[in-house]
Amino acid sequence: MSSASEQRGNASAEARPKITVSDLTLAYGDAVVMQDLNFTVNERDIFIIMGGSGSGKSTLLRHLIGLHEPARGTISYQGTSAGFWEMPPPERERLLRRFGVLYQGSALWSSMTLAENVALPLQEFASVRGEEISALASLKLALVGLSGFEDYYPSEISGGMSKRAGLARAMALDPDILFFDEPSAGLDPVSSRRLDDLILDLRDSLGATIVVVTHELRSIFAIGNNSVFLDGESKTVIASGHPKQLLAESRDPRVLTFLTGGEGTGNG
Amino acid sequence: MEQVAVEYGRGSDGTLRVALAGDWSLTRGIPSSTSVIEEIERRPLPKRVIFETGVLAGWDSGLLTFLLSVLSRCTQLGIEVDRHGLPEGVRRLLALATAVPARSGRSRAEPEPVLARVGGAAITWSAGLGETLDFIGEAFLSLLRLFAGKARFRRSDLLLAVQDCGARSLPIVGLINLLVGLILGFVGAIQLRRFGAQIYVADLVGIGMLREIAPIMTGIIVAGRTGASFAAELGTMEASQEIDALRTLGIPPMEFLVLPRLLALSLMMPLLCLYADLLGIAGGLVVAGSMLDISPVQYLLETRSAVHLNDLFLGLFMSAVFGVLVALTGCMRGIRSGHSASGVGEATTSAVVTGILSIVVATAIITVISYVLGI
Repeated sequence: MSSASEQRGNASAEARPKITVSDLTLAYGDAVVMQDLNFTVNERDIFIIMGGSGSGKSTLLRHLIGLHEPARGTISYQGTSAGFWEMPPPERERLLRRFGVLYQGSALWSSMTLAENVALPLQEFASVRGEEISALASLKLALVGLSGFEDYYPSEISGGMSKRAGLARAMALDPDILFFDEPSAGLDPVSSRRLDDLILDLRDSLGATIVVVTHELRSIFAIGNNSVFLDGESKTVIASGHPKQLLAESRDPRVLTFLTGGEGTGNG
Repeated sequence: MEQVAVEYGRGSDGTLRVALAGDWSLTRGIPSSTSVIEEIERRPLPKRVIFETGVLAGWDSGLLTFLLSVLSRCTQLGIEVDRHGLPEGVRRLLALATAVPARSGRSRAEPEPVLARVGGAAITWSAGLGETLDFIGEAFLSLLRLFAGKARFRRSDLLLAVQDCGARSLPIVGLINLLVGLILGFVGAIQLRRFGAQIYVADLVGIGMLREIAPIMTGIIVAGRTGASFAAELGTMEASQEIDALRTLGIPPMEFLVLPRLLALSLMMPLLCLYADLLGIAGGLVVAGSMLDISPVQYLLETRSAVHLNDLFLGLFMSAVFGVLVALTGCMRGIRSGHSASGVGEATTSAVVTGILSIVVATAIITVISYVLGI
């Protein structure tokens, strides 16, 4: 976290690339989902991956967090010697520990309490033990407003709370990069706005880089400062940049229809 | 007028007039559109089609499907259709239904030829075989890491699995094996009594239970109970992305989820089998006492002289093998189940089927080997 405080002073300095995606092609077997993807996520960005339902957003995310090997192309992360899949497995595992992921259905481990969920990454990878771990777990839960829920099981709390608990687990190891898969899916407008505020807070306080997959327009404009727009028909990125700038300048009817809320074009 | 009716007739200017009458509802049944379509196709083709619905009493989607098939034929033939005669609600729904052109691409697949299906199934099967070998190899590697003291899993998970597949299985394993011992003793008693060789019931039950039947019955019970629960539990974790969450943390699911279950089952199976051996012999003892008037002491002495340590250890070894097989099939089916509820169901079914099948195959192999080796 010390690096974060150093960076806060010179936020306007030259943006440094955190994730670089080049010539990426994603496929399940023979079925190509996305092709020729090229984009860069800069340090401390809140980077939005947007597009209509079924355009391949979540697939791209699954590739970014190392769950699938791309059919072609490379994804490289700042501070590593090579692209993700070109690295030796131990280095890959070390890199994974710098990620925090909030899954769409929060994916909390259902056989463990919230505190145990947050504590597991700490037990496995941090060199702290016993009481410190439970203190850390309580702290992370308190950061997302779940103080006092340590001993609840995931099945005993509401959808919004389990999203936040998932976020607490994603933050357990003070990650460099946080990935969010549809954070506001299934949340009421108030909870979803609170989650957006929390994302902004995290970026500012942890100095983390944040990648969000979403199609929620309000979130896109409220938090995003860079984005790519995926198109399911042409299977590639058809626009990129600051969402507000895209709205003002883009001439592409597909992008404009999406960003203005659509006219019955079915972009869920 | 409630009776559904379609009438049509051509005007002198080439206009086909279609008059619809009555209550067009799905519950009352709707007329087929073929006669109208045949009329439309009759040469010379009409220039336009108009509808009259002045006496239409009611309608629902039944009328829409009728009209859609007429409209699509007209479009194919390039005949103009005047929709003004239709009720406004019908016009709006028709506009909605035809607004987005049907997507080409994935059509309803035609049934493939038999050979292609057989080939496809063979390819899927061989790919599955590769995956199975992959899984076994990974499991073996994580076992090695366990012995090197590097495996990552929670001790509490191991203890929970031990409790579930050990202590909690005792009642059912005990009951089934007691009954099987009874049955074996009963069948044996009837046959052996004819030769005056009643006392050999003890040999039959003792050797039979220890060498084969107790391990097999215990294996099958555990496959149905514990193997299915492993598959369902891991399958649900896969469906709700809990396993993905482990992978992105760099915690291998093989070590964290499979290893404790594999260990627990392969440690508990021999103990369960020992328990099953005792209850099986007890079953035989009950039959011998009640049907053949053999005293318990006589029965136990005969059992002791008939049964050797080899028989016991062979049975225990077999049950440990079954434990590994059931745990591996259950965990593998669960982890590979995919992200859906139906996937979890299939995984559970196939875990039990594969588990029992592998138990029987393993028994055959071990029995032959032990015969050859003279154990």
